[in-house]
Amino acid sequence: MTAAVPAERAPATIHRPPLGARLSRAVLPAFTAIAVAYLFLPIAVMIIFSFNDPLGRQNITWQGFTLENYLTVWGRPDITGPMLNSIIIATVTTVISCVLGTLIGLALTRYQFRGRGSLNLLIYIPMATPEVILGASLLALWVSADVQRGMPTIVIAHVMFCISFVVVTIRARISGFNRSLEEAAMDLGADEVTTFRKVTLPLIFPGILAAALLSFALSIDDYVVTSFIAGQTSTFPLWVYGASRFGVPPEVNVLGTLIFAFAFTMIVLQILWGRRRRAEDQALAKEGQA
Amino acid sequence: MSRRLRWLTPYLFLVPGGLWLILFFVVPMIVMASVSLQEGSLGTGYTMTWNISVYPEVISQYSLQFFRSLGYALIVTLATLLIGFPIAYTIAFRGGRFKNVLLLLVILPFFTAYLIRTLAWKLILADNGFVLGTLKSLGLLSPADHVLATPLAVISGLTYNFLPFMVLPLYVALEKIDTRLIEAATDLYASRRQAFLRVTLPLAMPGVFAGSLLVFIPAVGDFINAEILGSRDTTMIGNVIQRLFLDTNAYPEASALSFVLMAAVLVLVAIYARAVGSEKLTSG
Repeated sequence: MTAAVPAERAPATIHRPPLGARLSRAVLPAFTAIAVAYLFLPIAVMIIFSFNDPLGRQNITWQGFTLENYLTVWGRPDITGPMLNSIIIATVTTVISCVLGTLIGLALTRYQFRGRGSLNLLIYIPMATPEVILGASLLALWVSADVQRGMPTIVIAHVMFCISFVVVTIRARISGFNRSLEEAAMDLGADEVTTFRKVTLPLIFPGILAAALLSFALSIDDYVVTSFIAGQTSTFPLWVYGASRFGVPPEVNVLGTLIFAFAFTMIVLQILWGRRRRAEDQALAKEGQA
Repeated sequence: MSRRLRWLTPYLFLVPGGLWLILFFVVPMIVMASVSLQEGSLGTGYTMTWNISVYPEVISQYSLQFFRSLGYALIVTLATLLIGFPIAYTIAFRGGRFKNVLLLLVILPFFTAYLIRTLAWKLILADNGFVLGTLKSLGLLSPADHVLATPLAVISGLTYNFLPFMVLPLYVALEKIDTRLIEAATDLYASRRQAFLRVTLPLAMPGVFAGSLLVFIPAVGDFINAEILGSRDTTMIGNVIQRLFLDTNAYPEASALSFVLMAAVLVLVAIYARAVGSEKLTSG
């Protein structure tokens, strides 16, 4: 860095990327802006066509603006039924996979034990397996065991592919914090259960929350694995897939838009919450120094 | 818990989740292996005949779809890398205060259902939809041109759907880079291009590795994009497996094909891991 750089510009100089200052100055932000627009293009189409007033079954050309779809969707049990199934499945899946995954994450970061290598393999290989194979092998299992497919087999499958993602998320969080906090609690006379509840759990809670959001999103959106083992049960993705052969009604776009709006709100809330916590932490740290 | 039994604690934590993975991942794989060696039909039942010849049969019968899937997935991996790297780079080095917001903008579209996104692409790429329709009315394309039902449509759909799996690990790797290393390189008279090629890029390799796997593996097994955006000529191996299992109930063939796919993926991942020297990349 040269001395000629004014002091207030110094941080910008540090962050300046190495591949041609001029290039990165204009081309990269422009590229990123176009890329973001590209990422949102299908979402925009989905939202716009949720307000469409189509003539027939096909919701593919713009006919006119209406809010009616947002009212009629609630009177379509053929759509809301599968949606409700999806929400139930995703909720149960999230709870089970978060409990099981957090326990494994704790064991992996806290304890020395035999078989750590095989356990790692057991966690990573399902993530490295194409979904179509996960679904196919479960179908082979249920057919061989002559088990009726339905809601329980869907939950079993979803928990199976969510656990690995929960373990990875939780582990990243646990390895980031200092064990001395727990030791301090034990030194001050807290037993193991109290230490876990009052110190460990609050510390890893953001990790569990992130893992829960991820599990819920993975479960509610799954088509591939579910298509193999759903039996007579319909979920929202299964319904959409079936409908896509004849034309998807605008009500599907309505539900898609509502899910998107919900996810958007949740994420914004989480960011705001994280920001407030950080501000509080900083305030506490300042108080401590004073 | 008494001190003597303390060693049991990690196993108590592991058993429920581990058992779940064994029962519903390992056991089904074993069952599928056994199904692949059986003969019979759904009506008459299957009997174990150790019919290994089903493997060469399915490989030769479906080699076209098989290599097509590998080819598509390879192109998609490269495409997401080419599109994703500048995005991740810009966010990591130029994002400043807006890093998190930009990252969120990249992930947010993927909170919409996969199927709805892909169906939206079908609408966008439609023969007379607003992209092709506009280009046609401007005379840039002839009226007979189409994108849907071509390999281009399937590859674009896959690229779109798996892009964030590339951007996120790239971002994590780039964001960790100590910018003082890059400064040191330029201070030592490296050109910006040299600094990029010899400092930034090698340090970003863990992200490239993770991102490539996260894109390649789901892409090679995907059948939704080929089903919605493609045609008979773009059928991928996932479509074949799904059809054999769910429509024709040819369980032995479908199981054998699943294993061939799984083996191919594992072999390719192992070769790739060795090529980038990733022993230390994955241990973290």
